[in-house]
Amino acid sequence: MIIICRQITRKTGEWNMLNIENLHVEIDGKEVLHGVSLAIGDGETHVLMGPNGSGKTTLLRTIMGFSGYKITEGKIYFKGRDITEVPLDERARYGMGMMFQRPPTLSGLKLGKLLNAVANCSPESIGRFGERMKMSDFMGRDVNAGFSGGEIKRSEILQLLVQNPDFIMLDEPESGVDLENIALIGKSIATLLEKDRHIVHRNKSGLIITHTGYILDYIEADAGHMLCNGEIKCHGNPREILKLIQEKGYGECIRCQKN
Amino acid sequence: MSEELIPDISEEDKKRLEMGGIELDESNRSGSFIQTDQHIHHSESKIEGIEMLPIDIALKKYDWLKEKFWNIVDRDKDEYTRFVAKREEEEGPRGFAVIARKGSKNIFPLQSCLFMQKSEVQTVHNIIVAEEGAELHLITGCTSSIGRKEGTHYGITETYVGKNALVSNTMIHTWGENIRVLPRSGTVVEENGTFLSNYVSMNPVGYVQMYPVANLVGKNSVARFNSVIIAHEGSELDMGQGALLNAEGACAEIISRLITTGGKAISRSRIVGAADGTKGHIECKGLILKDGTIHAVPEIEGQLTNTEISHEAAVGKIARDEIEYLMARGLNEEEATATIIRGFLDVKINGLPDSLQKKIDAVINAAESGF
Repeated sequence: MIIICRQITRKTGEWNMLNIENLHVEIDGKEVLHGVSLAIGDGETHVLMGPNGSGKTTLLRTIMGFSGYKITEGKIYFKGRDITEVPLDERARYGMGMMFQRPPTLSGLKLGKLLNAVANCSPESIGRFGERMKMSDFMGRDVNAGFSGGEIKRSEILQLLVQNPDFIMLDEPESGVDLENIALIGKSIATLLEKDRHIVHRNKSGLIITHTGYILDYIEADAGHMLCNGEIKCHGNPREILKLIQEKGYGECIRCQKN
Repeated sequence: MSEELIPDISEEDKKRLEMGGIELDESNRSGSFIQTDQHIHHSESKIEGIEMLPIDIALKKYDWLKEKFWNIVDRDKDEYTRFVAKREEEEGPRGFAVIARKGSKNIFPLQSCLFMQKSEVQTVHNIIVAEEGAELHLITGCTSSIGRKEGTHYGITETYVGKNALVSNTMIHTWGENIRVLPRSGTVVEENGTFLSNYVSMNPVGYVQMYPVANLVGKNSVARFNSVIIAHEGSELDMGQGALLNAEGACAEIISRLITTGGKAISRSRIVGAADGTKGHIECKGLILKDGTIHAVPEIEGQLTNTEISHEAAVGKIARDEIEYLMARGLNEEEATATIIRGFLDVKINGLPDSLQKKIDAVINAAESGF
């Protein structure tokens, strides 16, 4: 099944973490993404911006491999391997992780049990990560049942910390989070993405959906992409793109014909 | 020790009994009652203040017990109660009496094992009495021999929960595919008394039909019913639970988890609020894993302004987004499904000793291989 990707990271000369080529995706027979291409190198963090309904979550969920997102054209390469047809759980075990914006509630399943089931680290580390995310008291609670917005985010990051993926997708990590929690969440995402390691040794990559850009205060992003109506309109410096949106709104992007 | 408790038992049947919560070496148990077919092998409690006697001996020993015999359950209720009553007249009653004296307490449960081995019809009639302030935990493992292909079990159980007393009765059924099971049970709970009834049936069974009712006659009395049921192909389980809130401040909770893998499961439940400050809640959740039937019939009846009764019921398949959530963390589809089902069946019961909760968890975990 493994088909080696021809594209190579310009920076390091090694395989890209992620390459998306001309991706067309349908939901319920309606095309939502119209030929998206994207390349994320090893150790790079990219930001995905765009108005509501532009296809950002669809892109993330398609990369992860959820059902209901039908790829009609194009390819996804992950760590040099064509994963376009690879099932969701295999992608996860191959090193992909995702933070959900609205995860389902799992009645009866305790957070502690879930962490044990998905951990790629020792039980002691689970305990330490739990403390760090201030979730120690939640280990005996049903996953996401009655969790507040901030608690859901902390639980999601905690799950990713124990899962320890190489490539992490974050769907609006700052939404619904108060100011106190945003620092904890921002710093923890930085840990997930090895921002504490020297750039030369950094291997983990990320793709983050953000509307506000608050998360950029904690994570230096290497590139930004603007998605409008299922097409990427521009690539560039994330803060610059954000500034443009703040000044001129998304209307400018929607009208923009260059892609 | 096991030879003493039940003679002539195969290794396979021993395992079935253990699945039903019966510890043949009596570890973690405060005593045992063992009845095979109509024969009582053993009946003993090791706890001071708690007696566990064969019902015929108990009725001879204590005159007052006679008033409690066929008192909550009407002997003319249906053909099954009449059958048991008739047999009792002809052969003498079988079953057990547990009497927990004032203030007595057992942490490790008493176990009663009702085992069908050779005869076509097993009848039992049990009386459970917890006097004022007593705390009594009981586990009943009902099992048929692997070799017993057909048969019928009729069980009468009358439970008396005294003032400030607590009775928990955990029933684990491990019957065979063509066994018919027709328990007839009733409970009366006095002031501040608590009655906990737990029912677990994970194995194939022919037909089960029961509708135990708790009558809460004492102020602030409590009844909680929990049941966890899997209806396999060819099985039909018609389960009911009722609670009558007849005294001020009484409350009741009926929680059911049903799974069908091709069989039929009916969950009837009824709470009647007939006194001031009463509360009741019914929760029934059903998972259809393979085409089969889950039929929830919750009934709530309030008879005055100051009562509050509610119910929620849901039947369906496992949500795809829940499975995929776990798959996105690296579990494969089978692991994700089993994890969700285990969670679905995980019912934590307040007031139950750890050893009993662990047994219930173990029985549920052992069943997961079937999904």
